[in-house]
Amino acid sequence: MSTVAPPTRRDAPTSPDAGTHRRTHQRARWFLLAGIALLLAVPWFAQWSGQPFVISLFTRFVIYAIAAVSLDLILGYGALVSFGHAAFFGLGGYVVGIVAFHVADGSGLFGWAGTNEALLLWPLAVGFCALAGAGIGFLSLRTSGVQFIMITLAFGQMFYFLLVGLMYYGGDDGLAIHTRNVLGGRSLRDPRAFYLVCVVLLVVWMWLCRRIVGSRFGMALQSLKQNRKRSVALGLAPLRYPLVAFTISAAGTGLAGVLWANYALFVSPDMATWQKSGELMAMVILGGMGTIVGPALGAMVYLGLEQWLTAWTEHWMVVMGPALVLIVLFGKRGLYGLLTAFGRRRG
Amino acid sequence: MLLFVEQTLNGIQYSALLFLLSAGLTLVFGIMNVINLTHGSFYMVGAFCATSAAALTGSFTAAIVAAVAGAGLYGFAIERLVLRFLYRRDHLDQVLATLGLVLFTNELVTIVFGRSPPFMDIPPLLRGSVELLPGLAYPLMRLAFIGAAAIVALALWFVLLRTPIGMRVRAGADDHEMVDALGVDVHRVFLLVFVLGALLCGFAAVMSAPLLAVQIGMGERILITAFVVIVIGGVGSVRGALLGSFLVGMIDAYGRTWLPMLLSGLLPAQLSDPLASSLISASAYILMALVLLFRPFGLLPAR
Repeated sequence: MSTVAPPTRRDAPTSPDAGTHRRTHQRARWFLLAGIALLLAVPWFAQWSGQPFVISLFTRFVIYAIAAVSLDLILGYGALVSFGHAAFFGLGGYVVGIVAFHVADGSGLFGWAGTNEALLLWPLAVGFCALAGAGIGFLSLRTSGVQFIMITLAFGQMFYFLLVGLMYYGGDDGLAIHTRNVLGGRSLRDPRAFYLVCVVLLVVWMWLCRRIVGSRFGMALQSLKQNRKRSVALGLAPLRYPLVAFTISAAGTGLAGVLWANYALFVSPDMATWQKSGELMAMVILGGMGTIVGPALGAMVYLGLEQWLTAWTEHWMVVMGPALVLIVLFGKRGLYGLLTAFGRRRG
Repeated sequence: MLLFVEQTLNGIQYSALLFLLSAGLTLVFGIMNVINLTHGSFYMVGAFCATSAAALTGSFTAAIVAAVAGAGLYGFAIERLVLRFLYRRDHLDQVLATLGLVLFTNELVTIVFGRSPPFMDIPPLLRGSVELLPGLAYPLMRLAFIGAAAIVALALWFVLLRTPIGMRVRAGADDHEMVDALGVDVHRVFLLVFVLGALLCGFAAVMSAPLLAVQIGMGERILITAFVVIVIGGVGSVRGALLGSFLVGMIDAYGRTWLPMLLSGLLPAQLSDPLASSLISASAYILMALVLLFRPFGLLPAR
């Protein structure tokens, strides 16, 4: 505990643009509240319009939003480009899948009968992902730059091939899950109930992440990102902060995987492909890196775009690919940046 | 013993393929500092051009020309249209933009060439096999592949180390701002290296088209392995790419033969077989992780 206190919040009230800053901040808060209200209104909208598939669509949005927010924690605030984050998504899903498999055939797992209770199983799965994240992060953070990208990719691929090799659990074909987990004894079979659970988890997770990046820990992380040499010279431990961030990020991505397994009632190695890792990064960039709210929006827009394009043409990738290039080339601040900039001009 | 020789040759052949792809990749990365995931797409474009040229004309020479030209032109177009805007961006942007291009190319090739995987015959000249040792007949096509790759490697070595152009390329890799200041158009050097890399991809594609499956997504699989190779060898270093190719290729070839035997002695069959195949698929990544843990900049770093 010999570390020097990290720098405190940047926008001191005396700075000349503090007023604009506060207005932008307020506008961002309104956007956020409106967004949450819209998400909560989805089940009623679906019922009113008689299109129940909307709930299913939005459940997918929300689950991926959790993963994108988690990735933003290290991508946006730590500049750690993890190209293997889908592994944690897959791991979370497979913990649920494998436990469900043993519960269904009554065989038990290392003498444990297994459980269908979300309050027990989900934290267990998330814990597993955090553990895996800590291990992978500890090894990967010895490198930086392109080597970091490649070593995280390597771990992601190792995990992918491990899943393919798990013949007992379906191998390449994946593993079907018989029933959704129960939450405190209550069934989540109703899509609306499950959707609301996902939304609540997303909101709580976003709140938590904003608390994390605004805390002393978050400031230290960002200071290491901005100027590593200087921060280390000031007494910040170079490994501890990124490692903890990586672990938290892995846990959050794992939670998304857990929810996905419950949503799709199916897990397969496809959850852990490197393309999936790339998609998660694309969601973060699209929404706006380093904003927490942005990536959640980015995930929804990305998946919405995908849904819309697939309905339109089978060859939707011909549009999505160049769209990705354009987003990278011109959309530096992301959708969230666009929205808040719009707010600033008006305000 | 015969099995050992045969597996060694197979390993060398796989290494040769990896080298053809990673040489261009490592130069592009070393000189322009660009992570280019599209490199594998050039390989796929080359393979599809080769198979359709062969199907149309029935001539292997036409297939070679089509593959090299197709991959080269596509590489040229990609560099001019997209990649030159990415030189000054960070790696995250490069990864995402080129990932978008990979997805685009996959779909484009599906639209142009159709979904059914094409097939290419071994040219008559290279059909049959040679008896290398008594009892060991080895396919001529595979030997030709090794030979052709060796010639390309030698040519590459000569161009890079013994010609004025090669000198500029190496200087650009060292310090491109200084080279720019000395009056060399670095962007032309960049373009040259980029297209050269794409040409090598096209050549690798046509040589491997009769041996391996030509299909959508073939580029990504081999591309990721090529990345592993250059990270093991040290990014930017052609010698490193050669060493990395050999390590990855040989481990793959030997692992395929002896790992299942080894594991089946230790574990029950239903457990050992899938474990062995997973381990072999992951072997390159395990090797890379090990190398990076002890030599974070690869075995033979460029500088």
